[in-house]
Amino acid sequence: MNAMQFILVILVSLICGMASVMDERQFHRPIVACTLIGLVLGDLHTGIILGGSLELIALGWMNVGAAMAPDAALASTISSIIVIVGHQSIGEGIAIAVPLAAAGQVLTIFVRTIAVFFQHQADHFAAQANFRGIEWCHIGALFLQGLRVAIPTGAVAAIAGTSIVNSWLNAIPPVITHGLQVSGGFIVVVGYAMVINMMKARSLMPFFFIGFTLATFVTGINLVGLGILGACAAVVYVQLNPDFHDSIKAPAEAAASAGTEDDDILG
Amino acid sequence: MTESKEIKKVEPLTRKDMWNTYLRSTFMLGSFNFERMQAIGFCVTMIPAIKRFYHRKEDQAAALKRHLEFFNTTPWPASAIFGVTAAMEQKKAAGGDIDEAAITNVKVGLMGPLAGIGDPIYWGTARPILAALGASLALSGSILGPLLFFFGINIIRILTRWYGFKVGYKQGTDIVHDVAGNRLKKLTQMASVLGLFVMGSLVSKWTSIKMPLVLVSYKQAGHVVSTSLQNILDSLLPGLVALLMTFACMWLLKRNVNAIWIIFGMFVVGILGYWAGIFGL
Repeated sequence: MNAMQFILVILVSLICGMASVMDERQFHRPIVACTLIGLVLGDLHTGIILGGSLELIALGWMNVGAAMAPDAALASTISSIIVIVGHQSIGEGIAIAVPLAAAGQVLTIFVRTIAVFFQHQADHFAAQANFRGIEWCHIGALFLQGLRVAIPTGAVAAIAGTSIVNSWLNAIPPVITHGLQVSGGFIVVVGYAMVINMMKARSLMPFFFIGFTLATFVTGINLVGLGILGACAAVVYVQLNPDFHDSIKAPAEAAASAGTEDDDILG
Repeated sequence: MTESKEIKKVEPLTRKDMWNTYLRSTFMLGSFNFERMQAIGFCVTMIPAIKRFYHRKEDQAAALKRHLEFFNTTPWPASAIFGVTAAMEQKKAAGGDIDEAAITNVKVGLMGPLAGIGDPIYWGTARPILAALGASLALSGSILGPLLFFFGINIIRILTRWYGFKVGYKQGTDIVHDVAGNRLKKLTQMASVLGLFVMGSLVSKWTSIKMPLVLVSYKQAGHVVSTSLQNILDSLLPGLVALLMTFACMWLLKRNVNAIWIIFGMFVVGILGYWAGIFGL
């Protein structure tokens, strides 16, 4: 890794770190972050494949309410560097990504706690109608989130090419690496479970089973085909759902209002 | 009529103000903190409107203060709340019959329902589906995968933010009826059906669990015939193990077990299973 690449890696990880808290432009998603690191390090192909593999695992990772998702940004940047510069396999990249996602989560919780300080600072500026001050509080906290990813990534980038890292990685016994590869095949369900739980739609679970059964038994069907079927099911469900039909509801309401009128007369 | 209720002429937001507000809204979560969550981001986004509507320092300070209160919802559709809030601030600045509590109440009242709509649509359906499509292309090394995901999701985001703000600003408090109404509920239900359908198919399609453990092995006409755990599962319901694992994860997540611990647990299951010969590569 030359100096230019090192600077670019830092820059990309700053952007990913900031995107991770904002959840806005999605630079922190593995499929984007790994691709960018791959591009910067001159191995776009590996970056894309690692990004795709990690994206599958991170598919359902999301910040809902106050709950914090595992951090995809730190996991993506560091594992891409280890795989590309340290010449490791994609499987190994996935294996190290998960502990990194946990570390990233701890770091972001730390920064989000520090950001309380900026919140109080902003209160102070608001009392003086100091617009610039509040804006700087906002930017300051955002920049810290960028550094949270850029600093660890930079540290790894500095030592990734050295033999120390490789000897560490090679010291892992094969039963562990193979076992991690095995779990890579089903770890994705954690993300799916997060999505299903978030929907809070128990009554719609039959659609989950329809999707599962179709994908299991219809050979040759791909995701686009399944998506079309799912969209059709969604439209038909809403069209037929009596909850959304004024025509069905109307008589009941009419009856109800008629009832009150009768009451009035009786009263 | 008291002096404060006097109708003043207040300029509406210019196109430049709206653009400025939009741009700021895209940095909304930058200063997320555990005390008031998205509060600073909300305030910073409202600054162009506050500057346009209020010119006295104490009015500006009061407006800034009220938008530094607790706020948290799904980020993209929050732009509709920015629009409504801007419309209410404009009315208030014009001397309309709106007090501070009314603005805060509308903000807080919209937060929950909007997250109820936004989370299933954006985090539960749009992003996972685009990510799944993108990843399936990316696994073969195609740059189309990342590009499809990145541009697809960002077009949805930009449209949501820009039109959310415009509609919110134009309709003002009337939007409360929309949020409670059938149209958005329909959309949310549709997103949930599609999302669950695709999740179901992904559980089957994108998991790979191999269980080569031989259960029965006997000699028949000189050949060794063996039946593995996988053979039995395949004849029963392929993907059954993945399905059961999904339910186990849902159960654990509902009991507030951190996702990271579940993932580590699955690593342990994978390693022990491989070591014991239950799982194979």
